Amino acid sequence: MNGNLLTISQLSRGEIEEVLDVTDTMVEVSSRRIPKVPALRGRTVVSMFYEDSTRTRLSFESAAKRLSADVMSFSVASSSTRKGESLRDTVATLEAMGVDAFVVRHRSSGVPAMVARWSTAAVVNAGDGWHAHPTQALLDAYTIRSHFGSAEGLRVGIIGDILHSRVARSLMVVLERLGAEVTLVAPPTLLPPSTDAWRVGVSHDLDSVIGGFDVVYALRMQRERMTEAHLPSLREYTECYGLTPRRAAELSERAVIMHPGPMNRGVEISEALADSPRSLVTDQVANGVAVRMAVLYLLLGPGREALGEELSGAREST
Amino acid sequence: MNPPRTIALRGGRIVDATGERSGDVLLEDGEIVQVGPDLSGDETLDASGAIVAPGFVDLHAHLRQPGKEEAETIESGSRAAALGGYTAVLAMPNTTPPIDTAAVVREVLELGRGSLVDVHTSGAITVGRAGEQLAPMAEMASLGVRVFTDDGTGVQDDRLMRRALEYASGLGVTLAQHCEVTSLSEGTCMHEGYWSSKLGLPGQPAEAEELMVMRDIALARMTGARIHFQHLSTAGSVAMVQGARSAGLQVTSEAAPHHFTLTDECCADYDPTFKVHPPLRTTEDVAAICSGLAEGWIDAIATDHAPHTPESKELPFDQAPPGMLGLEYALALAFTELVDGGHMSETEVIAAMSWKPAAIGGFESHGRPVSEGEPANLVVVDPSQRWRIDAGGGASRSRNVPYVGREVRGKVRHTIVGGRPVVINGEAQQ
Repeated sequence: MNGNLLTISQLSRGEIEEVLDVTDTMVEVSSRRIPKVPALRGRTVVSMFYEDSTRTRLSFESAAKRLSADVMSFSVASSSTRKGESLRDTVATLEAMGVDAFVVRHRSSGVPAMVARWSTAAVVNAGDGWHAHPTQALLDAYTIRSHFGSAEGLRVGIIGDILHSRVARSLMVVLERLGAEVTLVAPPTLLPPSTDAWRVGVSHDLDSVIGGFDVVYALRMQRERMTEAHLPSLREYTECYGLTPRRAAELSERAVIMHPGPMNRGVEISEALADSPRSLVTDQVANGVAVRMAVLYLLLGPGREALGEELSGAREST
Repeated sequence: MNPPRTIALRGGRIVDATGERSGDVLLEDGEIVQVGPDLSGDETLDASGAIVAPGFVDLHAHLRQPGKEEAETIESGSRAAALGGYTAVLAMPNTTPPIDTAAVVREVLELGRGSLVDVHTSGAITVGRAGEQLAPMAEMASLGVRVFTDDGTGVQDDRLMRRALEYASGLGVTLAQHCEVTSLSEGTCMHEGYWSSKLGLPGQPAEAEELMVMRDIALARMTGARIHFQHLSTAGSVAMVQGARSAGLQVTSEAAPHHFTLTDECCADYDPTFKVHPPLRTTEDVAAICSGLAEGWIDAIATDHAPHTPESKELPFDQAPPGMLGLEYALALAFTELVDGGHMSETEVIAAMSWKPAAIGGFESHGRPVSEGEPANLVVVDPSQRWRIDAGGGASRSRNVPYVGREVRGKVRHTIVGGRPVVINGEAQQ
């Protein structure tokens, strides 16, 4: 994985598949009575979350702990950034304490790349601005692969606020690399100014395309988009792009529904669909820890060859 | 030690607004006293193989004083200017406090008095550059201010801009506009397009600049006033300026070295060194800026030299301040990109850096012909010297150089301001 995981774009199809294969093993580890292995014993992982995201932070931290890494948590609310310390100084300070990996979340696009420039430790992007959220994309790809066997040839619709979505920017790339066919469904105001960076289709009319999707992936719609004139109202958004029971009736038999969470029930997805058997939302959350274990293991562990030995439960489960 | 009474520039090729010729130049008491073959003086400066031209004039320098002395001072910025071949610079008014009153104008001119180059200052068009009320332009003009701008931001209000143009035309001064419609640019940090989409950074469309260029051309037509467009960056802007000029309006414009050298792709690594307003644009825009300069629709090369401390350029891309250094690199970038790129001649580049901006900004003793009786504000450029721009060497207090590692052609050998050699063999004399 070349030292860091900053974007999906840095990964070849083979590398993505390697993460997903190792995730299989991590799912197995996680299902044990004591889901903990010594693979990263003695390694230190710091989570640096400059933006609140309790679920992603907990997911990364429990992934690191299941691999027996030491976990330090740098929390902005109580940290020296409040006292005016620069990001670069914070990175240098933490690195001086002996850090093997930074897990970085920041509201500004590009911060994990900056941390990677300043540090010799591995950097995992846990979501930066509108730019990328590679572990979310990998867990989504894993969830899709687990459900369908393969993403090859699947038709995936990503619906909603693509413009502001790091999830969408990473998901498009991972799905494209795995051979799926992606369509972005959104009003023009919520699409990036250019989509030429990706091999994707674009539609502004959900009803005309929803029947063709194997996966319907709804993005979270944020309320502040109304004040920036991206949308007239949430009601109108739900009317045009919400996953409602009426629309669910148009889905193909095998189609599934996904969402990166947290969901705005009644806005981008109705209560009934969020909890329907078609929904893979809880699988996504469950797979999140295993995918992050795989990423941390591939970045910090002794290599995939050693996987069997490192993850042998024998020493730990007694 | 007394300064030498006469200085001879020997062996150069003279380039000025009247043409080209070879000849030595003899200076005395701040003036050119003789031009001709085989001249000698108390001191000799070697100009062999070099171009001797009227010194460069930068219409767009952020000297940061008063208020941001940690990034630049008038003294350090002037040294950078001298090393870049400039004999005069126009300070931008977005300081703290802004240059919007006679008192601040006096302070800036006073600070500039001891520096290596002639420091002129612009004045703000509006009080506090806030775009609400006209600043006391007549009062500032009486101290010698010839260019007014709210640079850093454009005058948003249409009526106020109309009045400013009318008022300025009565004073015989020039309004210069930073063209940016803030309702389209607010919160943005790079050019809107392929790269902003891919990088997930909020983008500023070309239209944020073009709408203001369009409006101001309409207002220039209406008022008959002169307008100068600062740092044009888009193909659409160049086309509109061409149209306005062809229609006989008094419209001039400038472009910055980074806008004919760099594109928005430079932002791909999120390095805030490449963040600037107006933002780096597309390859097509760069081509339009180059041809706009070559065809003369863009009159001047102006640096938009914008120093920022290293700490501020280590903020995340969207939070870092916009701007990059330019004074020490403009000539070499122009020779490398515009001359070697096949767009224009060395003489045309020098015109765009010397007598053309001098005329726009009312710099009466700069950009003059190299002939007897003219003020000795001169630059000697070695056009054949190739060099590599490095990160640490500049005279600026700041280090936000987006050209590090670039191989360029053309280096300033000597700069003479008011008859005094302030740069000799590439070394600042203070």
